[in-house]
Amino acid sequence: MSNGNQNGTTTLHLVLAWGFVGIPLVLGVLQTLVNAMKLFQ
Amino acid sequence: MQQDSGGWFARSRTVAKPGFSRWMVPPAALCVHLCIGQAYAFSVFNLPMTKLIGIHELAPDDWKLTQLGWIFSLAIFFLGVSSAVFGRWVEEGGPRRAMFTAACCWAGGFLISAFGVYIHNLWIIYLGYGVIGGIALGIGYISPVSTLIKWFPDRPGMATGMAIMGFGGGAFIAAPLSVWLMKRFTTDTHVGVMETFVVLGIVYFVFMIVGSIIVRVPPHDWAPEGYVAPKENKLISKNDVFVYDALKTPQFWLIWWVLCLNVTAGIGVLGQASAMSQEMFPGIITPIAAAGFVGLMSLFNMGGRFCWATVSDYIGRKNTYFVFMVLGFILYCTVPHAGAIGSVSLFVFCFLIIISMYGGGFSTVPAYLKDMYGTRYVGAIHGLLLTAWSMAGIFGPVLVNYIRAYNVSHGVPKAQAYNTTMYIMAALLVIGFICNFLVKAVDKKYHMKPEEDDAALDVAGEAAARA
Repeated sequence: MSNGNQNGTTTLHLVLAWGFVGIPLVLGVLQTLVNAMKLFQ
Repeated sequence: MQQDSGGWFARSRTVAKPGFSRWMVPPAALCVHLCIGQAYAFSVFNLPMTKLIGIHELAPDDWKLTQLGWIFSLAIFFLGVSSAVFGRWVEEGGPRRAMFTAACCWAGGFLISAFGVYIHNLWIIYLGYGVIGGIALGIGYISPVSTLIKWFPDRPGMATGMAIMGFGGGAFIAAPLSVWLMKRFTTDTHVGVMETFVVLGIVYFVFMIVGSIIVRVPPHDWAPEGYVAPKENKLISKNDVFVYDALKTPQFWLIWWVLCLNVTAGIGVLGQASAMSQEMFPGIITPIAAAGFVGLMSLFNMGGRFCWATVSDYIGRKNTYFVFMVLGFILYCTVPHAGAIGSVSLFVFCFLIIISMYGGGFSTVPAYLKDMYGTRYVGAIHGLLLTAWSMAGIFGPVLVNYIRAYNVSHGVPKAQAYNTTMYIMAALLVIGFICNFLVKAVDKKYHMKPEEDDAALDVAGEAAARA
């Protein structure tokens, strides 16, 4: 058990887990940001 | 009740083995919060659901917008009720059982609602999304809170801020996804709401189940490497308080009012931001620009959840709420001035900071409760506190809408109709400041005794795990 990676959790696990939630969230945020830019047009 | 006999769901089965990284837990929490955050985007279904029979125009038997508005209201009401009622069960049963239950209710709510759309019966949708989906919201919202706090004793604000940020961000995914799905399923003779509900139910179920699979609780007395507990601080308790004993303390009700007033101030303007910006700056802020303004506010709502909760780890919870109240007071008083001098940039700046503090109020409160009541029942106590959200959900919009309507009917120009509301919101924050000021350390008589703590661990199935 630690902050970093030892036997159990590998870097690949972390990349997959964060990618699984991060990619849809970033895409959604970018879409919203594009719409929000209309305020400045 | 012995809850450790739950097999794969048992809390003891989720205790992390050596080598597990705590950084796997925030994505597990986000799997749930990003899904239930869809609730903020439910309005994208409102208009299509008014044309299920007429398709291109309203038919006499089609549902009215006012009828559909009750679906979201019911869901938020049952969020508050279920988080309060099931809080202790969530805490003692562990995060996996809670996340799985939330996944079943959330997906079930969508599938039942799809059936309601199919047979065109609104009561079934009230039951599906409103009641069962609302229960999923409550259980899902509090399910990872105490687990995250236990994994991140050095940064509890940041950890819970990440999860609660997901609740704010869920709408960013749900809104475009729902619109895209409805386009795919809509034909000249059919509106694709039912199919969209089915797909969303299945997708959200898979997402939430992944969260319940990867979530782990730390072993008893685990601490991160190199972690040094904070020095003796009367506002950071090292003792636990039983969930229902917390209700007997004045601190619980003071923090309840702090949250309620902070949320009331934010939620009222969040719902009316589009109309308010156009009425205060007629001809300058167009409907398209107003939609952009609302999108920008949503981003600051989400970002504020993470940033303010993280800041609270450094300046303390009480000080963070002092910032919300003082800065909020100044900004609310500045808004009428921004309208008077016609400064759109000042108006936008004020509301973006205000809405970031609205989000920050939600995400900082779990760590505030942990400081007051310890980690043992913090999720359950947080569940009880969320009733403040339900109350604010009624107060905020009512204050903004009715005061504006009163002013307009008494001859106040529309551009100035919100000024009184802004000053009232500022006054609410003064009350919030006083409540926050009165928060002191919890009396020792409420602290759990060691034998009570062991009994609680037995119920949670941790005693066996740590033996």
